[in-house]
Amino acid sequence: MAIANLHHEDLSLRYYAAWWLGKFRVNEPAAVEALIAALEDEADRTELGGYPLRRNAARALGKLGDRRAVPGLIRCLECSDFYVREAAAQSLGMLGDLSCVPALMKLLDGGVAAAMRVPGRPHLEQPSEAVMEALGTLQATQATALIQPFLEHPVARVQYAAARAMYQLTKEPVYGERLVQALQESDLQLRRVILSDLGAIGYLPAAEAIASAATENSFKLIALKGLLEQVQTGASSVDPQDPRSLSRDAIRVMTLMDALL
Amino acid sequence: MTDSSQELIDAIEQANSPERLVASVQALAATRQTAGISTLIAVLGYNNPTAAVAAVEGLIQIGEAAVQPLLEQLDDYNYGARAYAIRALAAIASPRALDALVAAATDFAPSVRRAAAKGLGNLHWHELSQEQIPSAQLLALSTLLSISQDPDWAIRYAAVVGLQGLATQLEVRQPIQKRLEEMTQDPDIAVRARVQLANQLVISH
Repeated sequence: MAIANLHHEDLSLRYYAAWWLGKFRVNEPAAVEALIAALEDEADRTELGGYPLRRNAARALGKLGDRRAVPGLIRCLECSDFYVREAAAQSLGMLGDLSCVPALMKLLDGGVAAAMRVPGRPHLEQPSEAVMEALGTLQATQATALIQPFLEHPVARVQYAAARAMYQLTKEPVYGERLVQALQESDLQLRRVILSDLGAIGYLPAAEAIASAATENSFKLIALKGLLEQVQTGASSVDPQDPRSLSRDAIRVMTLMDALL
Repeated sequence: MTDSSQELIDAIEQANSPERLVASVQALAATRQTAGISTLIAVLGYNNPTAAVAAVEGLIQIGEAAVQPLLEQLDDYNYGARAYAIRALAAIASPRALDALVAAATDFAPSVRRAAAKGLGNLHWHELSQEQIPSAQLLALSTLLSISQDPDWAIRYAAVVGLQGLATQLEVRQPIQKRLEEMTQDPDIAVRARVQLANQLVISH
């Protein structure tokens, strides 16, 4: 039904169908093919020239985990609509296919000077944050030198996206510590983003700072969960003789989590 | 009511900045006066997390005397306030809160469910009469077993914490061990880790 609706004459139904397929992770070949086709949609346009259906299709394809979507998503990185480029970058990060790295790096061309706010719009020239996040997740170490200058970007959240990627690419604690410091930011929304960054990179020394951050417990629990997952996946080799053994770090993180319930 | 508690209550009601509110709540909480209970409960609904945490701390310190007012003033329309109240009840651990915790365990708000799950495992059962204990513990057990299947990983995590606490009660220990054994297959790595910790603690207890 949702797959058929991607071709419905009612544009709002197409838009909804693309969201729905991603939300419920319908990764049937027919759904993936229909969504890839929707990346080229010309019918659904906003007043500002945006492509709502393409945005939703790009977002959905990231969730479906089918790498056949990669070439279409790479083409979306050149779309005139910022939000299509942003969604494509995010989804390419999720799909884990390294062939997109050069195209992602191209969006960082010109460095900080080129990545400025577009007057009258709530976003930068390029989706720099999403691009850096994807490159970090993909472990694209060749992008390290390109990302580093963004640590000095005038927009705080761009700096933090750079710190997150730099930590993923180098594992240098200095970048994790930069995110820990950022938990003191006065903007609640920003603190929540930082928490999710710390959880995503599993930066263990941040555990206590996360537990005492000034945000809702739900956000802290998700961040600490990221740390715990990092410990547990890394720890499988610690003591193969005793599957019941838990590291002190794991117990430390869980003690903090228990106190947030 | 002492004059000083009334002054502190007035200060909370008249606080004109978040900083003043927090400072006034902390001051009232520190007195541990029962006269402040109602005001501290009201603060849970002010949508100021720092003030609410200070109020929860104050209510926990007051303890038993705060249980009945907390139960009577549970806010049906504000899940944030409800979560703080359930957290306070869970920490005071009076078994008189059992029914409220059981109800909260199926609340629509995850923060309320998590607080209730933790609380259900740690009530002071000995405050009940000998005849009341078995049925009360069975009610806590069945509630925890049921929410240990919640789709939300954090609720299952909290249910494990609750089950671990309840496992100190010998009568219900066996079904808890059985459920914890099943939960070693949980899809979520964080929940599995917590089950592992609970198993260690339950076995060594």
